[in-house]
Amino acid sequence: MADSLICIEHVSKAYRRDSLQIPVLADIDLTIDTGEFIALMGPSGSGKTTLLNLLAGIDTPTKGRITIDRRVISSMRETELARWRADHIGFIFQLYNLIPVLTAFENVELPLLLTRLSRQERQAHVRTALAIVGLSDRADHYPRQLSGGQEQRVAIARAIVADPVILVADEPTGDLDARSAGEILDLLNRLNTEHHKTIVMVTHDPRAAARAHRMLHLDKGVLSVEEPAAALDRSRDGR
Amino acid sequence: MGIPLKYNLRNLVVRKVSTAMTVLGIALVVTVFLLVMSLAEGVTRTFATSVSSLNVVILRVGAGSDVNSFVSKDQHDAISTLEGLARGDDGQQLESPEQVVLINIPKRDGKRTNVIVRGVEPVAFKIRGDSVRIVEGRMFQTGTAEAIVSTRARDRFPELRLGGTAKAGSERWTIVGIFDAAGSPYDSEVWADLHNVQEQAHRTGGFSTVVARATDTAARDRLIAAIKGDQRIKLDALPESDYFDKQTVTAAPIKILAYFVAIIMAVGASFGAMNTMYAQVSARTREIATMRALGFSRMVILVSFVLESVVLGFLGGLAGAAIAFVAVHLFLTAPTGTNNFASFSEILFNFQLTPALIVSGVVFSLAMGLFGGLFPAARAARLKIINALREA
Repeated sequence: MADSLICIEHVSKAYRRDSLQIPVLADIDLTIDTGEFIALMGPSGSGKTTLLNLLAGIDTPTKGRITIDRRVISSMRETELARWRADHIGFIFQLYNLIPVLTAFENVELPLLLTRLSRQERQAHVRTALAIVGLSDRADHYPRQLSGGQEQRVAIARAIVADPVILVADEPTGDLDARSAGEILDLLNRLNTEHHKTIVMVTHDPRAAARAHRMLHLDKGVLSVEEPAAALDRSRDGR
Repeated sequence: MGIPLKYNLRNLVVRKVSTAMTVLGIALVVTVFLLVMSLAEGVTRTFATSVSSLNVVILRVGAGSDVNSFVSKDQHDAISTLEGLARGDDGQQLESPEQVVLINIPKRDGKRTNVIVRGVEPVAFKIRGDSVRIVEGRMFQTGTAEAIVSTRARDRFPELRLGGTAKAGSERWTIVGIFDAAGSPYDSEVWADLHNVQEQAHRTGGFSTVVARATDTAARDRLIAAIKGDQRIKLDALPESDYFDKQTVTAAPIKILAYFVAIIMAVGASFGAMNTMYAQVSARTREIATMRALGFSRMVILVSFVLESVVLGFLGGLAGAAIAFVAVHLFLTAPTGTNNFASFSEILFNFQLTPALIVSGVVFSLAMGLFGGLFPAARAARLKIINALREA
């Protein structure tokens, strides 16, 4: 457990609504190793996104401890956590969440503005990231000039540009047609295998989940089933 | 590094209608502020244009201005014996007894107001030097009922045209020349022959004031002390610049009005900017959450939104300054007047839109933007990421 990249110990999360405590996650224990590709499944309201938010450092647990890359993030203060996120986490959202007034290039560059890289270095990183997602020729396009699949690829380029250890993806194919979804999943697979990114993906889609090494099931806040993905062997066989 | 400014600028362009309306609101406030302030500046400038630092104005003790002052002939004779008075090229002492009377005449809009008629001897022009000079027509002749008027007075009073007659009661002066007094308070006056003015106004016992030129500043101060201390004279004396400074109180109510009107309007315009920015924070909730998730701190978000609002204010300030500039240089070129409470007469001046005023107008607009943006920006910075990410 000590060598795991992500270590979640006895984590509970409850939200307060007026005087009511609404439990979302109950005593979760989970470890994820470097280079794993995890699919997090479960019905709506089961706490998938909450768990994802906790390990991405945009929410804090009510109880328990989260250690990532040997640092306990569950006790970090707001500003420290923001800095940590910039260094360690790449976000991929269902609705891409690109900034509409910035070009693809500028959107991808955003996370690098939080680093000490020079302008030239930033430009080089952005070009590399756009090349990885196959959108070098769309650098000057605004989000409204791109298809859904292309927007999500730009969002993925933004997620990887600062070279984070972990990519968190919340329903990354949820708003895409089957073909674009397939391309995005291929891209995630490639980032996992070729670029060794650890990926935690929330999804409703069994076909998306099949791309992962491990499938985790959350139900009513309890991590109930943990099973190896059926697709794992297939992908290892190179098919 | 923070969020790039182009993010804010492009957002301003994308929502051009609401940007334009907010900018216009701020621009109008700045325009009104600048116009009223340039009125006040015009008055201040008029009084600040002193003719010479060596000139001394001599008045009755307690008289606020030459209009309600009296200097007897004996007092005048005593003054002329004092040391330190400068002499002209012809050896004549540079001290000018002057008689001031008010005439009530109609302006271009038909309303009547008081204008100063100043009776002077030729020495008065030597004391004022080049700052009072004839620009049209000729000088009045001594011993006649001829007069010269300032360019501003000519522009404001139809009777005071070249060849016209300034009349009040039984008093009559024919206008034979137009003079320019370099923007000083004399630019609001009619000048005529001293003795003629005294006769027509039935004031032959003395003068309103004596204006004297000292040889140097030390002599000026000694002269002032002598006039105040001499038992024969017992008059008040002060440098001409101080005399006019005291009259700049006329500008004070205008300035107060400018600030009062501007502050009330500015509060309105700030709320306009605030409304725009609140709407923007609501519309961009998910963007803000995304940037926070990427690692931008609350402070960076706050600064970014405040900056956007300040840019709005800045654009409004520039537009307002441009409108005021055009208004002053194209439409408000004619001299205007206000009551000089010290002399009960009208003081004429032009709008003075100085670079310093323009800068203050723009700074004022930045303040409106800052105030308008602060609360919406604070709301943006306080957004909880997980809630905001769920916003559509």
